[in-house]
Parts: sequence; structure tokens; C-alpha cells
Amino acid sequence: MSADRREWPLYEVFVRGKRGLNHVHVGSLHAPDDAMALRHARDVYTRRNEGVSIWVVRADAITASSPDEKDPLFAPNGDKIYRHPTFYEIPDDVPHM
Amino acid sequence: MTTIPMEPQQEERLRAAFDATVARHDRIEPRDWMPDAYRGTLVRQIAQHAHSEIIGMQPEGEWIGRAPSLRRKAILLAKVQDEAGHGLYLYSACETLGVSRAELTDLLLGGRQKYSSIFNYPTLSYADVGTIGWLVDGAAICNQVPLCRTSYGPYGRAMIRICKEESFHQRQGYELLMTMMRGTGEQRAMVQESVDRFWWPVLMMFGPPDAHSPNSERSMAWGIKRNSNDDLRQKFVDMTVPQAEALGVTLPDPELRWNEERGHHDFGEPDWEEFAAVIRGDGPCNAQRLAHRRAAHEEGAWVREAATAFAAATAQEGAR
Amino acid sequence: MSDEHGSVFDGLLGGDDSAQWAFGTGFEDPLAGVDTTTPGGVDPAELAAYCLMLGDDALIMSQRLSEWCSRAPDLEEDIALANIALDLLGQARLLLTRAAAADPDVLPRLPEGSPVPPEDALAFFRDERRFRNVWLAEVAGGDFAHVVVRLLLFSVARLALLERLRTSRDQVLAAVAGKGVKEVTYHRDWAGRWFLTLARGTGESRRRLLAALDALWPLQAETVAAHPLERALARAGVGVDPASAREEVDAVLGQVFAVSGVARPEPAQPSGIGGRTGRDGVHTEDLGRLLAEMQAVARAHPGGRW
Ligand SMILES: [Fe+2]
Ligand SMILES: [Fe+2]
Repeated sequence: MSADRREWPLYEVFVRGKRGLNHVHVGSLHAPDDAMALRHARDVYTRRNEGVSIWVVRADAITASSPDEKDPLFAPNGDKIYRHPTFYEIPDDVPHM
Repeated sequence: MTTIPMEPQQEERLRAAFDATVARHDRIEPRDWMPDAYRGTLVRQIAQHAHSEIIGMQPEGEWIGRAPSLRRKAILLAKVQDEAGHGLYLYSACETLGVSRAELTDLLLGGRQKYSSIFNYPTLSYADVGTIGWLVDGAAICNQVPLCRTSYGPYGRAMIRICKEESFHQRQGYELLMTMMRGTGEQRAMVQESVDRFWWPVLMMFGPPDAHSPNSERSMAWGIKRNSNDDLRQKFVDMTVPQAEALGVTLPDPELRWNEERGHHDFGEPDWEEFAAVIRGDGPCNAQRLAHRRAAHEEGAWVREAATAFAAATAQEGAR
Repeated sequence: MSDEHGSVFDGLLGGDDSAQWAFGTGFEDPLAGVDTTTPGGVDPAELAAYCLMLGDDALIMSQRLSEWCSRAPDLEEDIALANIALDLLGQARLLLTRAAAADPDVLPRLPEGSPVPPEDALAFFRDERRFRNVWLAEVAGGDFAHVVVRLLLFSVARLALLERLRTSRDQVLAAVAGKGVKEVTYHRDWAGRWFLTLARGTGESRRRLLAALDALWPLQAETVAAHPLERALARAGVGVDPASAREEVDAVLGQVFAVSGVARPEPAQPSGIGGRTGRDGVHTEDLGRLLAEMQAVARAHPGGRW
């Protein structure tokens, strides 16, 4: 599942809409590198709202659990490539602790 | 995606778990086991949907440069930009199934994946911008709202985001037409002509009649699709008729009338031969739409390569 | 399912949650709440002409950028370019509205009772010779390198100018500048980053970048050349003399050229014909074609409502 060589790597995007909230996964996008990924995330997912905090992380840097680790029949892929746009489902209103 | 060979009983158990998840309207998530045919159907449907968003930028994009007021120009540009975003969300959803955006783009440009037939019709006046918002985005909403609860998690979540924006698209279109109807006689005629031209192709957006829709039944069983083509078409007609009245336009269908007994509007049959021709690639703008997309993709290749090369070079410098 | 459908369609006529839209699509009076009286000691006609200069730069540049919609190298860049075009369009709307408010005489003649608002009268019914934008904004587009170089040269100069305009005695100009600084900072950033990327990407990208720089550099001088009107308004504490920003512009561009390994081009003479430039209403052939497209629908329906 090596990435298409003509294609920029996939990034997952996390946005904190307001101070006091957690960063929430909002989607993914392609970018040649981290700096560009941040720029793209700002354009695509926040319409460049000021005061919004954004995290981007390369999708292939995410290690993911399997939905049901105990099931020996579930065959994990073994690699770390985990293309999954909504990995962390955290309610928007979880307060900052 | 690597598939590890499995014993037949194992696969049976996985399939049972999958079926149970779908049956209790729970979501399937990317790393869950899923039947190959489910994955294939999803890829086909989501890709077709993504391509439609991207190709759909063109008919309206035509008019950004000519928008007759600065406010309309801003609204139209923002709207067409939204469609690029929709395409992006959907390609991302498709990537969770192990197909890259580049592969999907190749399939589109090679004519091996489709997009919505409606975008193979031309836009001939500024009223078309309004009509597309009102009727085309309206039909898309009808099709898409049920998909927010589709069985595949990433697809459903993309659809929630998209539907939120689509309702603004529909509103801006309707508002443009309302404003034009309050303008000059010429403008009113322009609106009516546009609605006349788009009405039947819009009804075709819901797909062929259920009796001739080959993949529908299985997709419904899997919860990929939630309503039949004919049900959605009926729903759309019922919702649109009062909107047309409020606007002051007539819908070009002599058979259109309220049926008290059914509690729905009766309406005529779209020209399914025309639909088949457009799907086949013989619509008024098929070649033009694909050529435009291909040109953008090919002319952008050197830019994408440059950015990749630059990223690789800086990563290397950083490592040294 | 019916309730979900209901909620989506309910809003068709009512409500106005336009927060969804990018800036510039608002339905309200763009200058609501800002003091629009002309500051004392300032000639309203001069203030209007000055607003047209800044407004036309933004409008024409936005028109050129929006030509990229559905044509960019990737979806992410398509969205980025549309955002920049929308920002500039928003600035143009405020500045054209300001020009008309300061001096209604700048408005072209329209039929009695025309419903066309001032910003649109200026954008769509003004003749080419009354546009006051610089040539850099109007010349026909080229490849992606062309849009990167054009936006870099444009936004470096505009940012330096807007930063100084924030203290204008004219409340509207100060407000437009305050908002614009944030926007144009981002534009400059986008262009600078791509300039560097193309310069150091591949042989092909570098070749194209240098070609675009070659083509556009002669138009850069006009962005920092001071028009007599600009000097006069700078003296009155309302405008900015572009010459005062020249050093900063040179320094920023020099930095971008240096990290990109691109030799700074020789200083060019301000473009123009017989000393007259875009600021005086003398343009390239490209502007006429741009306006022919931009104004076509509006002019076909001078009594139209949109
Ligand atoms: Fe859309
Ligand atoms: Fe839409």
C-alpha cells in the first residue's frame, strides 16, 4: 500500500475551534510537507478563522488500534498506514480539564 | 490492501458480524472486515459522488467571471469553492477504503468512473446559476441527506458536513431567482427559460426508475443507500412544486398535478433515452467537462512534482 | 427521514446564518457602523480617486485569481486561490463603496431609478479609462508560476501599504486596512512559500518561475511608484506614499529571492505610456478584454436586479 509516487502524502487534520475545547478530528487532505499541510488545513477546514488551533499529522505516522483486538480472526494489516478520516470521535463540547 | 487468506469458517463468522452491524444500523469503520463487494460498491459510489462535486464546479464556474454584481460574484466563488471542498472530503472518505485520489482521478479521466449526468448540460445564462442552486443542489440534498446515516462511517460523516453546506447553496440559488423575478421582464423570462431547460435533467439526477436500477437493491440491504430512486424523486417533486409557485415560475410538465388519493404529485416521465445517451458520454458537454479536468490535472503535474521534490530535499537537509 | 428533510429545507426562505460564507458574501451594508464622513481638509474627489486605486487593484487582481477556479494543480490549491480571491473581492467592495460615498461624482451615469448599488455601478458600468489599478493586476494570466510571482509582487507591496494605512485619518480606510493586513499577510505567505518551492523544486519548475519573474518584474516598479495623488493624500494623513514603503518591499523581496537562490532582477523603470500608468487610467490591452467579460451580463441588464 505504498503511496502513489505522484501523490502528496495524506495528512489527518485536528481542529480546536475554541479555547477550552479538545482538538477534534475534522478530516484529511494531501500536502507535500508539514508546513503546507497546515496551510491547506487552514484553507480547507477552517476558512482561515482566526484563533483556531490546528494540528496536522501524517496519516502514516498514526498507529491505530484494531476495533476488536481480542478477536484473533480479525486480521490486522500489520502496517501503520491507517487511512481513517475520523479516528477520534470526541464530542465537541468536552470541556478542557 | 493486504488480505490474509482465511479459513472458510472464519470468513463466515466475520461476515455474520458484518451483517449484524449493518442490521442494527451501526456503522462499519475502515479497519472492520467487509465483503469485497461492499467495498467495491462503496468505492464506486463515493468516487462517483466525489467526481460529481469536482466536475460540478465547471458549469457554474463559467459564470464567476461574469457575475453581474460583486455580491453575487463572492457568493458564487464561495459556492464553487465549497464544491471543491466536498470533492476533497469525499476523496478522503474513499481513501479509507484503500484507493488513492490519484487512482480515482485516473479512473475518471479514463472514462472508467462516472459523475452525475446533470453536469453534462451547459449553463447558458446567469439564471442557470440560480436554477442550479435551487434545483440541482436541492436534488442533491434530497439524495444526500439520507446518506448521512449510510452504513459506512467515513462516508456518512463526510455527508453530514456536505449537507450542511448544500443547504446554503440551495438558498443562495433560490434567493437569486427570487431577486431576478422582481427585476425586469427580461430577467423573469430568463428565469423561466432556465427552469424549463433544467427541470427534466434534474429529475433524472435520481437515477433510472427502480425497476431498471441494477444495483439498488443490494445497496439498500447494505445500508449504503437508504431510499429508492423513485421515492426520492417523488419527494423532490412534492417539495419543489410549492417552491416554484412561490417563485412564480411554471414547471414544464403538463402532467404535473396533485393526486389527492396518493397524497403526492403525479408527474410525467423524463426522457430516459436522453438520460442513457448522456450517461454513455453523448451529452452536450461530456467531452468538454472531461477535457477541462484533464487539462487542469496535466498542467498541474509539474507543480505537484516540484512540491514533492522540494519536500524531499528539505527533509534530507533536515536529516543531515 | 422526513424530519431531517424538513430541517434542511425549512431554512430556504428565512434566517440568515451567513457565517457559513466567506467574507465578502454578506448581505448587509458593508460599511455599517463605520464613520464615513470625509476627514477635514481632504478633497472628497481625491479621496474617492484614492479609494478607487486601492479598490481597483483588489478587484482586478481578484478577477484574475478567480480564473483559476477549477483549474488549479490540486484541490487544496484550488481552495487556497479562491480564498485569496474572495479576500481581495471583499476589500474591493469596501473600497469602491467608500469611493462612491466620498464623492458620488465618481459614479457612472445610470438610467433614472436604476437599482444598481454604487459598488456595482463602479465595477460594471465604469469604462476602462476610469479604472486606476496597476498593470501588474490586470495583465493576462499564465501558468501556476505566473500566478505565484504575480501574487508575491502584488501582496508584498500591498501589505506594506496596508500596514501604514491602518493609522489613516479616514475611518473607513483604517478599518479596511486593519482587516486587510491579516488577509494579505496570508497571501504573501502563500506566494512566498510557493516561490521558494518552485525555485528549489525541479529544473522545470525553476525554469518556469524565472520566466514568470522575467515577464512580471517590469511591472513591479509601478506598485511602489508614488502617484501625485497618493503623495497629496499621504501629506493629509489619509493615504500612504508608496515610496515610503519601498525600502520594506525591497527588503522582503530580497529575502525571498535570497532563500530561493534567485538573483534579484535589475531595477526596472515604472511601466506606462508617456509617463502615464494604470493609476492615471492608461492600461494594457488585457484590461479591456478582462472588463468585456466581467461587465457583460451587468451591462446587458442595466435595470436588472441580482
Ligand atoms: Fe456539493
Ligand atoms: Fe452544492
